[in-house]
Amino acid sequence: MNLDRKDMLGIEDLSRKEIEIILETANKFAEVTNRPIKKVPTLRGKTVICLFFENSTRTRTSFEIAGKRLSADVVNVSAQASSVKKGETLLDTAKNLQAMHPDIIVCRHSSAGACHVLARYLKNTSIINAGDGAHEHPSQALLDMMTVMQVKKKVDGLKVAIVGDITHSRVARSNIYCFQKMGASVAVVGPPSMLPCSIKDMGVDVYYNLKEGLKGADIVMMLRIQQERISHSPFPTLREYSRHYGLNNETISTLKKDVLIMHPGPVNRGVEIDPDIADGPYSLILSQVTNGVAVRMALLYLFSGVKTLDI
Amino acid sequence: MKKTLIKNGRLIDPSQGIDGAFDLLISGDKIAQVAPQGRTSAADAEIIDAKGMVVSPGFIDMHTHLREPGFEYKETIASGTAAAVSGGFTSVCCMANTDPVNDNASVTDYINRKAHDSGFCRVYPIGAVTKGLKGEELASIAELKTSGCVAISDDGNTLQDGNMMRLALSYAKGFDLPVITHSMDKSLSENGHMNESFMSTKLGIKGIPNAAEDIMIARDIMLAELTGAHVHVAHLSTRQGIRLVKEAKQRGIKVTCEVTPHHFTLTDASLSDYNTNFKMSPPLRSADDVRAIKEALSEKNIFDAIATDHAPHGIIDKEIEFDKAASGIIGLETALPLALALVRDGVLGLDEMIRLFTMGPAGVLGLSGGTLKEGAAADITIFDPDHAWVLDRRRIVSKSKNSPFIDMPLKGRAIKTIVSGKLVFDAMRGQTGVHS
Repeated sequence: MNLDRKDMLGIEDLSRKEIEIILETANKFAEVTNRPIKKVPTLRGKTVICLFFENSTRTRTSFEIAGKRLSADVVNVSAQASSVKKGETLLDTAKNLQAMHPDIIVCRHSSAGACHVLARYLKNTSIINAGDGAHEHPSQALLDMMTVMQVKKKVDGLKVAIVGDITHSRVARSNIYCFQKMGASVAVVGPPSMLPCSIKDMGVDVYYNLKEGLKGADIVMMLRIQQERISHSPFPTLREYSRHYGLNNETISTLKKDVLIMHPGPVNRGVEIDPDIADGPYSLILSQVTNGVAVRMALLYLFSGVKTLDI
Repeated sequence: MKKTLIKNGRLIDPSQGIDGAFDLLISGDKIAQVAPQGRTSAADAEIIDAKGMVVSPGFIDMHTHLREPGFEYKETIASGTAAAVSGGFTSVCCMANTDPVNDNASVTDYINRKAHDSGFCRVYPIGAVTKGLKGEELASIAELKTSGCVAISDDGNTLQDGNMMRLALSYAKGFDLPVITHSMDKSLSENGHMNESFMSTKLGIKGIPNAAEDIMIARDIMLAELTGAHVHVAHLSTRQGIRLVKEAKQRGIKVTCEVTPHHFTLTDASLSDYNTNFKMSPPLRSADDVRAIKEALSEKNIFDAIATDHAPHGIIDKEIEFDKAASGIIGLETALPLALALVRDGVLGLDEMIRLFTMGPAGVLGLSGGTLKEGAAADITIFDPDHAWVLDRRRIVSKSKNSPFIDMPLKGRAIKTIVSGKLVFDAMRGQTGVHS
């Protein structure tokens, strides 16, 4: 079982079949995570570089643990500590890393399309996008999908509502593609000042009112307000945003009984989501984190060129 | 005096309404005679056989970045003018965003001297509107004019302050200089790197709405009306911008405008894989905007010029993250085939295309070129409209290679370029010598 592509740049490029292959592989690896000795020899002798130009705790740790559990040699490079600060360009950095013959570079960057630049110029290394600007965050969408499928079994026909700052969210874009490809319908909800141009053309329903947008939803995904990316705030105050677009117990009471609440994290408790709910019975937030490791193990394996699944 | 006879070609000169089988006799650096085929006798003349070719007044590019002084790693006056003549241009007008900025006579003199010593074609400098392109104080506009600047522009450093723009227009009017505007409201375009559209949403790149351009065009038209000065809108890219200019022209306001080949050839759909050679300012717009540009070209008298906005950039400016990459592409070597594609598609006639490359820009800037009238300087472009070729990166003449048209099949190219009666480019031989 393998994917016939060099790089993993976004969910948009994947077929449903490919998504299913990744998830099936991830399910096999999930079992490894529960063993007393959490290590298999699958990627022994393979080198993975996690090249992070942007701060990240969960994603970087998750890829690093995933690589180590597969016995790959994992090297972390963070832009702050590298030559980037000395004025080296992205491409020079990447070419230098390639000269050390890594098998995979996992890249996180604040510029949309940065992984495309690497993929174009590094012919012998697979690039896995760990989040590029406001473009895509494919491993996040895949772990979200894995989490939903553990609970719902089947995604076809489900209704998903994604709430918040769609304009600046790579998680939203990857999840829209992923849920649609797996047969769900997707609605986006937020103030118009937080919804990007022509978002409707992605095939989503658009709501400016939270209650209307959440009506009949099987899955509600609350996005984080990314204050660090916004120069002119698209809403007047956090209080006002929270009142109109935050998820609280009152709103929850109007939803389906078996609704799932998700959040890509980190959570701004009390802003987009009420503190009680983030820890409550509907919440899958920590399952998401656990599944993240299994999904990233699957991605590293599938893009490593290793053909035998030795677990 | 040396004589050259260009015979057997199809001669098109919109300034005289000529389109047909005419021969042209050059004597020294001037055009001596234009006469129906076979009626010109000059026994001692060197003969250029232009059979199957079009003989046109020399092309004028009114929007070029030559990058010298200051950014010689991108382009020099020598390399930029070499690219110009190989694309059929006999004159280029170079923008002021050099380092130092062309905001005073010493920089203009430097450019003129370099152009004289190393240029393959005529170079007309464009001066800055404000000192250092900072938008704060007027540059030495009269001094720039005296040194040979043909217009003033802060180009991409668009004057945001309306009162400053008003002052610039009023003052420039006294010296008969057009003010060229790169119309962009920076508060709306800030951090934007492409057209705002479904494509920008998909790519996760902040877009620049058409409104950012349209609002500034509207402001500058109003200020041209208020001051009576001449505003020239550079690289117009939007449907509403075209409407505004058209209405202003109908109302008799002194406004002119240009279009670039990339804005009538490409749309933002080309950006799908973050190739920075498709990053421009203004950005590549929607298919509807391209349609509007073509409609306006068909209608005539809205656009005054096709201009390349030739913007050479090195790999350190382009082979990087999309949102960090510089805007702009080289255009001198591909303008003619891209414009000829419109002619083949029936958007405009060959005579109208030539007008937009010659008397159109000459008229905007008050230049004496752009014509084959007897007695005029012998600046002539001979091109083969049907010559099929592919833009090979290794054969690009410009020092920079940032073109989205690399490896693309093209049709039509300059065969011989003559400046002041001197052959400066021959397709068989390359550049054949500086013009002066």
